[in-house]
Amino acid sequence: MSSNPAVATDHPVYDYKVVRQFAIMTIVWGVVGMGIGVLIAAQLFWPELNDLFQPYSHFGRLRPLHTNAVIFAFGGCALFATSYYVVQRTCQAPLFGGWLVPFTFWGWQLVIVLAIITLPMGYTTTKEYAELEWPIDILIAIVWVSYAIVFFGTIVKRKTDHIYVANWFYGGFILTIAVLHIVNSAFTPVSFMKSYSAYAGAADAMVQWWYGHNAVGFFLTAGFLGMMYYFVPKQAGRPVYSYQLSIVHFWALISVYIWAGAHHLHYSALPDWAQSLGMVMSLILLAPSWGGMINGIMTLSGAWHKLRTDPTLRFLVVSLSFYGMSTFEGPMMSIKTVNALSHNTDWTVGHVHSGALGWVAMISIGSIYHLLPILFGRKEMFSVRLINVHFWLATIGTVLYIASMWVNGIMQGLMWRAFNADGTLTYSFVEAVQASYPGYFVRFLGGLLFLSGMFLMAYNAYRTAKTPATEAVSNDPATQAA
Amino acid sequence: MGTFWNVWIIGLTLTNLVLVLWVLLANRKVAVSDQDEEENKTTGHVYDGIEEYDNPLPRWWFIMFIGTFIYAGAYLLVYPGLGSWPGLFGWTSVKELRGHQQQADARYADTFGTYANTPIEELARNPEAMKMGLRLFANNCAVCHGADGGGNYGFPNLTDHDWLYGGTPEKIKETITLGRKGAMPAWGTLMGEAGVVNVSEYVLQISGQEHDAAKAEVGAKLYAQNCVACHGADGKGNQLLGAPNLTDDIWLYGGEPQDIRTSVRFGRNGEMPAQQELLKPDRIHLLAAYVYSLSLEQD
Repeated sequence: MSSNPAVATDHPVYDYKVVRQFAIMTIVWGVVGMGIGVLIAAQLFWPELNDLFQPYSHFGRLRPLHTNAVIFAFGGCALFATSYYVVQRTCQAPLFGGWLVPFTFWGWQLVIVLAIITLPMGYTTTKEYAELEWPIDILIAIVWVSYAIVFFGTIVKRKTDHIYVANWFYGGFILTIAVLHIVNSAFTPVSFMKSYSAYAGAADAMVQWWYGHNAVGFFLTAGFLGMMYYFVPKQAGRPVYSYQLSIVHFWALISVYIWAGAHHLHYSALPDWAQSLGMVMSLILLAPSWGGMINGIMTLSGAWHKLRTDPTLRFLVVSLSFYGMSTFEGPMMSIKTVNALSHNTDWTVGHVHSGALGWVAMISIGSIYHLLPILFGRKEMFSVRLINVHFWLATIGTVLYIASMWVNGIMQGLMWRAFNADGTLTYSFVEAVQASYPGYFVRFLGGLLFLSGMFLMAYNAYRTAKTPATEAVSNDPATQAA
Repeated sequence: MGTFWNVWIIGLTLTNLVLVLWVLLANRKVAVSDQDEEENKTTGHVYDGIEEYDNPLPRWWFIMFIGTFIYAGAYLLVYPGLGSWPGLFGWTSVKELRGHQQQADARYADTFGTYANTPIEELARNPEAMKMGLRLFANNCAVCHGADGGGNYGFPNLTDHDWLYGGTPEKIKETITLGRKGAMPAWGTLMGEAGVVNVSEYVLQISGQEHDAAKAEVGAKLYAQNCVACHGADGKGNQLLGAPNLTDDIWLYGGEPQDIRTSVRFGRNGEMPAQQELLKPDRIHLLAAYVYSLSLEQD
């Protein structure tokens, strides 16, 4: 603590300001992004809600805003906050980069605000998860390179001999996202807010899904595994289960993920060989993915009793269970025969959300609950009971969401492929939509539960930040030790 | 695929897989066995208070990993995947699709073929055949013409005895087989806005709606100059050209004054897609009978 010069320490003063900023914005964008998600889920049940404020409130414009807001605003801020915190503490070095550090915060927030303005206005490249138009793409590239300089600069300045496994994953995520974003966003601008992709036809589709699937693989998986490798052992107070497993699953995960995107293009104009290769690599990915889950869950051996009293740890561990489940489901869905049933159905939407809500959001929420008391110099969150309520809202919400989408997805797939004896289709498309109605309501309900949990978190965080610390003791063992 | 790309794909794929396998095998065993130790040994690294155990890879996980490699190897041998390697049995997705199509054609040739030579008038009164016709209609036509054939804005009603191109069995079959392109030219530039309004008033007049008599009189002259060629002197249309009857109360694009003005000003383009490639003659025959039956029921 810089205000206390009497603390003589060989540990540097860490930069917590940017961590605090990103942690708070994680909650803010979580509420906003999931709020839009609940709205568009409601639109599928009550179509009149599209007309709230046409054309801006139309599903087609809000859906990309929802995905951008939860992935890049909520998830992105959580990754920035935790990676800046973890890299400093595990390298025992303050953040490198000087003014670049606040620039990454304000630059990233500007990207998000521009997304919130331009997507409802209808500006879009039409590339899924890369909808933002070219001027914003350039800003993203600049912010991201600055992020890489800050992160790797800090690693270079580290005072430890080795680099901790969490930083391998954070580093892999930062590097790969830079490459993915720059390659997929290659464009020819034709006017201030309009551009055309540099690729065409099946090649454009392949580049898009190489990007799209690795947005999942690196942004939503590798980055959050980095988070897991710090906050799970830290919160559980136990050593990481296996260093060997860390090595094997890290290298396997980052090298094999890159190949898997073609499974989004089964039975398309993509050449057969590319489809097969995408499927085979997706199957190989099962073991490396589970490696992370095993390493996280087994870290709890000897500390299982803590789950009874610590809802933050519960968030972290349940997120790993959802991670294991969705990384089993993913390779299964990449098998062509299964994909023939699941493709274009709600099953895909459910699969994404079992990862997005169950894994990404839950591990972020758990990590932020771990961080907030430390960042605001308190012993614990304002209300641990509210964390527990949040945990149950989030878990039940996620289960309702994915279960309803399983039912809807499999039903849609079966209805679309049902034939009469004379070879005609048994159901018209709209009959499958009608049959999906109950599921759409359950999904809306699940999303609403999850969102209400986020409001509790916002309240809890606000009270934690505003209530004066009862004791000036920091949770930080490094400074305590000094 | 050229030689370079072939080597490139195979090289990258195999290099990646071999390296992953090497990392897996190289880290399988732990340097120091922990068998005799009650507590596992750690690596000795400490990061911000976090230590790491030296546990070996879980056996079931290792076996599962190897299993996926074996599966992958077998799959890439049997199916195309490694560059231009065609796979052991020469499978391609196009061949598979063609096979499925042939099977379907063989299976359904009898189903639909049974009715191929029955005249449409007779088929339209055959309940069994019409059940199949209804399904064909629901699958292929209902999306535009409505599940009941009642039509929609821009898509003709098939049940009202009003036919753009004729309602005989032969004409219906021709429409389904070859499709139709209805084109009404845009008159806005040629007639000017006043002309558009006047001719629209005339159309309102001949269709028996409320209109401005003075404007309609001017419009009648414009109609005689520009519209008679298709819609006829009496405004009753021409089925050879697909020109609609303007004197009845049936409107494809709306019969309100502003709708008619829009049609005159900007023209209209309607398209019924040709079905001959998609549905083949047997099914089109059955479908024509079904569409024919839609207006029979009102007799």
